[in-house]
Order: sequence, then C-alpha cells, then structure tokens
Amino acid sequence: MDNITQKLTQKSESTKKDSMGRAVSLAALALIVIVVVAIFAFVISRGMSTFFKDGVSVSDFLFGTNWNPSVINPHTKQPYIGALPMILGSFLVTFLAAIVATPFAIGTSLFMTEIAQKRGAKIMQPIIELLVGIPSVVYGFIGLTVVVPFIRSVFGGSGFGILSGTIVLFVMILPTITSMTVDTLKSVPRHYRESALAIGATRWQMIYKVVLRAATPGILTAIVFGMARAFGEALAVQMVIGNAALMPHNLISPSSTLTSVLTMGIGNTVMGSLQNNVLWTLAMILLLMSLVFNLIVRAIGRRGEMK
Amino acid sequence: MVNNIELKPVSEFIPENAPERFIYDMPSEKHEIALSTKNLQVYYGDNLALSEGDLSFERYKITSLIGASGSGKSTFLRSLNRMNDGVATVKGNIMYRGVDINTKAIDVYEMRRHIGMVFQRPNPFAKSIYNNITFALTQRGTTSKQELDEIVETSLKQAALWDEVKDELNKSALALSGGQAQRLVIARALALKPDILLLDEPSSALDPISSSQVEDTLLELKNKYTIIIVTHNMQQAARISDYTAFFHMGKVIEYDLTRKIFTRPKVALTNDYISGNFG
Amino acid sequence: MNAKTSDKIATGVIYAISSIVALILIAMLAFILVRGVPHLSWHFLTSPAKAFEAGGGIGIQLFNSFYLLVLAMAISFPIALGAAIYLNEYAHKGRFTTIVRTAIEILSSLPSVVVGLFGFLLFVVKFHFGFSILSGAVALTIFNLPLLTRSIETSLAQIPNLQREAGSALGLSRWETVIHVILPAAVPSIVTGVVLSAGRVFGEAAALIYTAGQSAPALNFGDWNPFNIASPLNPMRPAETLAVHIWKINSEGIMPDLSAVSAGASAVLIIVVLIFNFSARKIGAKLHKKLTSA
Repeated sequence: MDNITQKLTQKSESTKKDSMGRAVSLAALALIVIVVVAIFAFVISRGMSTFFKDGVSVSDFLFGTNWNPSVINPHTKQPYIGALPMILGSFLVTFLAAIVATPFAIGTSLFMTEIAQKRGAKIMQPIIELLVGIPSVVYGFIGLTVVVPFIRSVFGGSGFGILSGTIVLFVMILPTITSMTVDTLKSVPRHYRESALAIGATRWQMIYKVVLRAATPGILTAIVFGMARAFGEALAVQMVIGNAALMPHNLISPSSTLTSVLTMGIGNTVMGSLQNNVLWTLAMILLLMSLVFNLIVRAIGRRGEMK
Repeated sequence: MVNNIELKPVSEFIPENAPERFIYDMPSEKHEIALSTKNLQVYYGDNLALSEGDLSFERYKITSLIGASGSGKSTFLRSLNRMNDGVATVKGNIMYRGVDINTKAIDVYEMRRHIGMVFQRPNPFAKSIYNNITFALTQRGTTSKQELDEIVETSLKQAALWDEVKDELNKSALALSGGQAQRLVIARALALKPDILLLDEPSSALDPISSSQVEDTLLELKNKYTIIIVTHNMQQAARISDYTAFFHMGKVIEYDLTRKIFTRPKVALTNDYISGNFG
Repeated sequence: MNAKTSDKIATGVIYAISSIVALILIAMLAFILVRGVPHLSWHFLTSPAKAFEAGGGIGIQLFNSFYLLVLAMAISFPIALGAAIYLNEYAHKGRFTTIVRTAIEILSSLPSVVVGLFGFLLFVVKFHFGFSILSGAVALTIFNLPLLTRSIETSLAQIPNLQREAGSALGLSRWETVIHVILPAAVPSIVTGVVLSAGRVFGEAAALIYTAGQSAPALNFGDWNPFNIASPLNPMRPAETLAVHIWKINSEGIMPDLSAVSAGASAVLIIVVLIFNFSARKIGAKLHKKLTSA
C-alpha cells in the first residue's frame, strides 16, 4: 500500500517536464512584454529629455511652425524646434489617405462578400493578399517614378508633397482596410440578409440598410487600423513627400511627416545633443499616437459590444 | 501491477444509515472494490452540479452510469480520474487502492496511467496507428522496439482491431473509420496497462455495427479491467454491465445489480427512466 | 429615383471600384516587372553594387537580406512559439493574460521605424553592436514577434480540444501533449504563418536602416569563418539589405543607371516576396495532406 501511495504522490516525469515547459514558455512570453516595456521606457525617456534637459517648452514644440534645430533663433536664444509642420503633415496624409481609401475598401469588400462571392474569392482575394505583401519601399519607388512625375506634369511644381504621399499611402492601406472589412461583413449573420430580402428589399437596400449598418463598428476599426499604418509608415512617404520641414501650404508643395524627418535625421545628429533629442521627441509622438489608435480601436470594440 | 494489491472490503466504504436504494451488500469476501467515492461534490463555479455520489465499483466488472443528459453522470465519470481539474471544483474523496486520489499530493499524470479514459468522439492522434499506441509509453522511457511491438500487438488484439490493421500499422490513424478509430483509442488506453478504464459514451458517435464491436470488445476486457461506462443507451447498459447506477439531477438515485435495476427498480423515478417515460 | 434604379447604380459603382483596385495592382506589378525583369541577369544578381558608375549589381544586398531573414527567423521563432504555447495552452483568463495580450497588440501596431530606432538606441549605441547584422536581426525579431506569435497561437487554437483530452487521459502532461501531439498537428498551419511572416520580414526596410545599416562592404565569399571581417557570415558587419538598398539609392543614389538598378532590385524583391506568399499556403496544404493520409 505504501508502494502505491509513493507511486501516486511522487512527482512523475510528466509533471517535471510540464513545470519546465511551462516555465520556458512563460519566459518567452515575458520577454515580449519586457521588450514592449523597454521600447516605451527608452523612447519616452529620450523623448522627454528635450523638455527636461534642454528646457524646451512643450507648447513651443507642439505648436511652433519653424523647424531647424541646428539654428539658434537670435531673439529667443532658442533653436527652432517647432514640430507642427511634421505633426500636421503626418495627420494630413493619414486622414486624406483614409478618406480616399475607405470608399474603395468598402466597395471592394462588398463586391467580395455581397455581389460576386465566387469571383471575389477567386480574383479579388489574391489581389488583396498581393497588395498586402508588397514591401513599402516598392510602393515608395513606384511613387517616386510614377506618382511624383505625374503630379508634376498635371499640377506643376516639384510633384513632391502631401498629395503624392496621400496617393502612395492610399494604395498601401487599401488592402489593410479591405481585408478587415471583408472579415466584418462576413461575420454579419446570414439571416439579417435573408429577412431584409424577404420583405422585398433590393440588394442595395439590404446592403445599405442592414449589412453596412450592422458592420459599422468593424468597418470603423478597419479604418483606424489603416490610419495607424499610414501614420507610422516611414520610407514610402519619405520618398515622395519632399522632406521640407515647412508648414504644408497646399497639397503639392514639399512637406514632411514625423517619420520622414526621423528617417532623414537620426543618422545625422549626435546622440544626446538637442538636435538629436528633439528627433526622439518626434519618435515619442509616433509611439503615443500608435497607443491612441489602439485605444480608439478598443473603444469602438466596447461600444460595438454594448449594442 | 494489477496483482498483489491489498484491496479493502466493501463494508469499510458503507456509510452509516445508507439508503436502501444503494447496493452496499456486495459480499466482501468475494468482491473486491477497485474504486469508490465518498461525499463527492462537483461545482462549476458556484453551481453544485453533483452531490450524493457515494459509489463503489467492483473489480473486473462493468458498471454503467445511466441517466438523462445533464444528470451528472459524465461529470461524475470525469471526476474519477480528475479530468475535471481546471474545469470544475471536485470535493470529497475518491479512494483508489487505499489512496485518496482527490488530493493535491497526487500526481495526476501518474494516476491517469492507472485510471484510463476513452471519450465519446474517437480522438486518435495525427500519428501512425503504431505511434498512437506507443507514444505515451515512449514518453515514459519504454524504448525497446521488441517490447513496444509486443504491446502494440497485445493491445490491438485486446481491442479487437489487430486483424484489421496489422498490415498497415504505419498508416495514419486519421484514415481509420469511426469504429476502428474508437477501438484504436481503447487499445491506446490499454497499452498503459491501467487498472480501471473509464468510458464516456464510447459508442454514441458510432454506427450500430461499430457500436456492437466496441461492446464485444468491452465484454472481452472485463476479465482484466474494471470498467465504468457512461451510456445513453439503456439496451447497451443492460447488455454489457454487471452494475448500473442511475443518475438524475446531479444525484445518484439508485445503484444496484443491472438486472435488478432493469427488472425490479426500487425507486419509481428509475422505473420511469428505464421504461422511457423521460430522458 | 426608385429602389431598382439605385440598386443598379450601386452595383455598377461597386463593380467599377473593384475593377479599379484590380487595375491598380496589375498596373503596379506590370510596371515593376516590365521595368525590372529585362535588367535581371546573373551578373546583376551576383555582383556588388557600384556607387558612382553603371553596371552595379545587388549580390551582397541579396545575400544580406537572406542572411538577416534566416537569423531573424531563428531568433523570433522559438520565442514566438513559447509565447504562443503559453497563451493558448496555459494562460487562464485574467488580468495577467489581458495585460500580455494588450502588450502584444501594441507591439504589433508600433510603426516599424520606431522599432528600428529602439534597436538603434539599445543595440547599436548602448550595447556597442554598431550597425551590424546582429542589431538588424534583433530589430527584425522585435518587428516579427507579435504577428508570428499571434499566427502560431491561432494555429494551435485550431487543433481540437479532443486531442488535448486524449493526451491528458493517457497520463501525459499538458507540455508533453502540446509538444508531441498538438504541435505536430499544427505544423502545416504554423509553416504557412512562418513563410508569410518571412515575406514580410524580407521586404522590411524601416526597421533596418539604423540597425543593420545602409552600407554593404565587400564580402569574400570564399571565407566562411564568421569571425573574419570580410566573411559573409560575420554578424558584426554592417549589412544593407535589398529593401534598404532600394530606398537608399532612390533617396540619394547618383549612379547613372539608377532607375534601372532600382527597377531590377524592386523586381527581385517583389518576386521573392510573391514566392513566399504564394508558396506559404501551398506548402501548408501539402504538409496537411501528408499528415492526414497514409
């Protein structure tokens, strides 16, 4: 009897392996969390030093329109560190790209889920997947060799600017928004559609009044995801925006975004200098904005659940 | 490992003031108890799903647990080898060979090698037939090819599957038919040489022919294993089991020899159930 | 306007929009391939780039891209696998799990340029790795981890619970069941996820420009000792990848055949990524078939 008690209470090989495996996999998970925390800690501590170490005022930074950190303003004895041009540039390209992309994404998704499921699956699905797969530098290259010359020949000027950036980003975020919208539309229960059609609605009435309405939170989420991608995209935008840290006067004058200034500048400044610190502050804004987009997505999700 | 066990007589497990509807008069000199439960209570969250389940299971016999869906019979069965761990809270004692296996000190993985389980839907691994059977053994250090070959052959024979698959042991088990797969799963459990085999509606997902094959297999196995089986099918219970426990609303209503349950039940509810008035 | 007319108009608009999207993709692919493929040659694919004159290739960049890809995958796969196993097999619903999932979600939505800058700050500057393959591989790992973790987790979740019960009933621990039963059954879909993420990693540039660097020093392909500076395997050398090269020469390149080189490099990049994307599901399906048949 003691024999069996011992056998049943002794830690078996399986238990030992399980404890070990559990610990190892938990460590892997913890590593990812540590990385996320480290990214925030490093970028924010760097980004804040502009305000704490270099004594730049937050409002000068956020609302100043003059960006030239290596030059000292003779009147204020402060360098020109107004980041508004880039902040504005980033928001402009993001919103414009989302505004252009949304109807295309919704139209394509409706085609795939409501109008022509078969052809949608056969033709549009691979097309959307291909678009997702194209690397951003290729979008940038096409923007540089097709879009920019095209804008130049139509509107004059250099061709670089917000408009070119918008067009490139539009194509980039189109597949993101489309594939997520397709998923939401597919999750609208079949009986919604059937009951609409049963009371004599046309297909478009069914789509417009029932399907799109039921899918609104999901579509909004898709758009916010697209905007997050547009806001954070660096190289493709940097290649076509013109990289002039000026307030965007119109859509076809050279401008810049947070990412484009970062890409250009980080390598050309000395670590710890004010010129370098302000760039980290831009990176911090990028980081916080991606957090904001995340919160928006969550808020939409919660409201969708409450309904 | 089955031999030379000191098993307690039934009388030790009989509570005072036992209700008559339970069979507690298994003559203890002749009948050994393989497993018994005492004051078993199962909670899902705060909901009490099962109580008053004091049962003793005789060795080398088949005991059926019958009752309508939601009567607690599967919950009871799954508690016996602690498959409910992490799903439900199980209170009370489960006595196996003198040891309460419902305590923290028990190594559940080791315990489940003594008390095996087969489920409703056949669940072979996505491995070859051979590896399905040897896998758990090799994990515990049985590596001799000869030994493994022998175990594969014996357990497949015990599960009455050997003749059908002996030439294609390296075929994927997922290619087997439902009935074959279920017998493979039984063979897989037998390969560990358990004392007790728990079966949760093992033939309810099978066609009648496969189902009767599984039944035949169980009757064969009775000589070497204690079998506890949950079944929806009263004919099945009547055909194969020695004892039957009738569950209703989370309680054991009656527990007796199968022929008594099906011919002279003591409780009206049992009679209603077996004559098909509900469930 | 009656309902029937608006139905027709709407359908027409939807058809038009979908056609435009299809056209955009076809036009882009055609542009890259028509411009780039004629420029492809064995010489172009194997010889080093030239900064000031025509006739340069992309040999070193191509090698760097694959080398970084392999390293990044080798580092990120085990971590993602472990994390996915914990999340899908061990984690209970609760505050800890919620926090972890949120963290992974945030990481996946971080702009890759921020990931690159973090890599620059920590590995290039603080740890003195310099612009190097190693720094680049770590940055790519961070970039790759959240999506790969999620994709492996989804693959594991697709394996029915029956299999886990089967393992438990045989006295196997969760871990043994996962490693020997669940994982093998999930391999086809995990492989699909890994190959898809490889395509993403291969095309990534923003995370690399300040970690793996923007220069491709000459390599001696006869020297495979990773400790020698000219060895292709040396993890401490700077390594411009194909994607970074395309960005670099378009931003500040001055060679006369710039547009031909860019088009050729873009064509190679797209072809490789497309091969990854197309083969991902094919390989997965094939493995699945192999696993379930005789």
